[in-house]
Amino acid sequence: MKKVIMGNHAVSYGVRASDVKVISAYPITPQTQVVELLSEMCANGELDAKFIAVESEHSALTACVGASAAGSRTFTATSSQGLLLMHEIIHWAVGARLPIVMSNVNRAVGPPWSIWTDQNDSLSQRDTGWLQIYCESNQEVQDTIVQAFKIAETVMLPVMIVLDAFFLSHTFEIVDILEPEAVRPFLPPYRPARKIDTADPHSFGNLAGPGEYFELRYMIEKAMEDSRAVIERTDREFEERFGRGYGIVKPYRCDDADYVLVTSGTVASTTRAVVDAMRAEGIKIGSLKVRVFRPFPFDEVREVLSKAKKVGVIDRNISFGHHGIFYQEVKSALYGRTNVPVTGFITGLGGRDVTPAVIRGIAEKLIAGTNLEPDINWIGVKI
Amino acid sequence: MNAPKIPLPELMTSGHLACQGCGATQAMRFALKALGPRTALVLPACCWSVIDGPFPHSSLKVPILHTAFEAAASTASGLKAGLEMRGDTETVVMAWAGDGGTFDIGIQALSGAAERNEDIIYCCYDNEAYMNTGIQRSSSTPIGAWTTTTPGVHWKKRPKKKMIDIMAAHSIPYIATASVAYPNDLIEKFRKAREIKGTRFLHVFAPCPTGWKLAPELSVSMARQAVTSKVFPLVEVTDNGRTWKVWKDFEPTPVKDYCMAQGRFRHLSEDELRLVAEGIEENWQYLLSREAGSAFVPGLQH
Ligand SMILES: Cc1ncc(C[n+]2csc(CCOP(=O)(O)OP(=O)(O)O)c2C)c(N)n1
Ligand SMILES: [Mg+2]
Repeated sequence: MKKVIMGNHAVSYGVRASDVKVISAYPITPQTQVVELLSEMCANGELDAKFIAVESEHSALTACVGASAAGSRTFTATSSQGLLLMHEIIHWAVGARLPIVMSNVNRAVGPPWSIWTDQNDSLSQRDTGWLQIYCESNQEVQDTIVQAFKIAETVMLPVMIVLDAFFLSHTFEIVDILEPEAVRPFLPPYRPARKIDTADPHSFGNLAGPGEYFELRYMIEKAMEDSRAVIERTDREFEERFGRGYGIVKPYRCDDADYVLVTSGTVASTTRAVVDAMRAEGIKIGSLKVRVFRPFPFDEVREVLSKAKKVGVIDRNISFGHHGIFYQEVKSALYGRTNVPVTGFITGLGGRDVTPAVIRGIAEKLIAGTNLEPDINWIGVKI
Repeated sequence: MNAPKIPLPELMTSGHLACQGCGATQAMRFALKALGPRTALVLPACCWSVIDGPFPHSSLKVPILHTAFEAAASTASGLKAGLEMRGDTETVVMAWAGDGGTFDIGIQALSGAAERNEDIIYCCYDNEAYMNTGIQRSSSTPIGAWTTTTPGVHWKKRPKKKMIDIMAAHSIPYIATASVAYPNDLIEKFRKAREIKGTRFLHVFAPCPTGWKLAPELSVSMARQAVTSKVFPLVEVTDNGRTWKVWKDFEPTPVKDYCMAQGRFRHLSEDELRLVAEGIEENWQYLLSREAGSAFVPGLQH
């Protein structure tokens, strides 16, 4: 069945399709509708899950830790300040190897208070061990939630699904709704090898000395590495079943492109429109959407970008004292492998519109190569 | 209260890492005897996250989920929900936290869980300071006490937080204080708690010889004196916070004797000790007024 729904409700429908058993979440603009629809689904029996209406995001994620350790499939949703409040438990979920899935609506961090989009909230959780997948349409959001549970439960790491505030969370699009019965063969019930069980008692998470901790961290990184193939396989299986696949990255008209713009989130679709317009004028330009940010798609990024003459990375985020974060990541993927020059562009912080004109301006700056800082170019700053 | 009724089966083994005379360890042993093997524990950061033993060992025969310092009640809420949703409705989930994890950093999650009336037992073993990190004050540290963050003339000037009142204000079905010096009473209270649905809060007095500057062999007698000097009254609050019962069937002993046996109070002058004792008596009278139902508490008279 197709429905016209907002991005936040696409999250809720993804959760509904995934037969989640315990949901714990706390409201925050612009994520609130995720929580509202899920509590409604739990109340009307559409979803056979317990909804724990906690007093904070910190408790939301810890409740998920408890429920997941018990062996139940769990979900939470948050944004910005809420995600940051969870931070200690974000790490905890990884160390405990719990396949929790969370959606995060990308919202700028205060002060000053802002409810509009940028990526600094989720990217500040980059080194925690969560897989991160950035979406650009409501359909992709719903489908990726379902994929995320399968990936998480295969590699035993938590997965964060990221969507832009308002441009996705509150934008209505047509979504082909996934029904739980259709999803079940793709995503069977969660049956973990180890769980809290009085018939088989174990202590989970107790003190580990230098003799063990190191290996446990190595195993997390191994799981991250293994997840690359799992993400790809899961996406392929999903496509075979439901006719939609998203890839780890999404290259667009890159095969013969001299110039490639690297993007993520909703900026990716705007960029493709700009690529089409410039191609119509004979400019050999393409774009690369990074969908999976953790694990970072080194091979895919290298393969696409090493054929270009110039690469520009558009970042809706900033690592203060360094550069844009996708820019850092792309450069580190290319370093020592190719000499293609890469330039960073920061734009759209705090929800400032990234219009086709803005992206076209970036492309033209990149191609002309004049007035270009080597690493960090602030686009549209009024000072 | 004195006839020994302690169940024989042990769910705690030797090999744990507690200090000599650790009250928290005795408390766990008795609590598990009462609750039995179908119990799952949630342990936030506290002495007990070390006492249990390092990976891959455990000194308890029940499953344990370790969690962050401030997260005992929320983790337990999730654990209970997760167990139920996979068909295990029988296991009792018990959050087991220190006074710091309960009175201070974990009070938000605890208040949330109690307000939702989560079907968990929450036990605070109270050694009246952050002992894991080396004896720093908590809001459960009593007035007059030395800790490493209330040193010298800066001994603690504020009274212990009234945690039982705070929990009673949440209208939960069962609240009780207990002491390792009265194991029968403690076991009875945990057994009672086991049979009740909803949030059950147990507050167990657990001396810490290391932190109190006390000879380990005096641990239990100090716990007993805490009760008989009214420093730590044994209280039961039922009927969703309405009905209070205070145990009075003991020979009172002086607060001064209790304090002077412990290095942490030894700096107090006669005058200061008298003030401490007055505070203890005031609290006792307050508890009696709660028991008599004469204390008007808005919202509880419905
Ligand atoms: C967020 C956080 N802050 C601080 C600590 C350090 N810490 C671990 S245990 C502890 C004190 C625990 O005190 P209490 O709850 O009374 O238990 P006890 O150690 O006395 O048994 C502290 C401060 C921590 N683990 N996590
Ligand atoms: Mg303590």
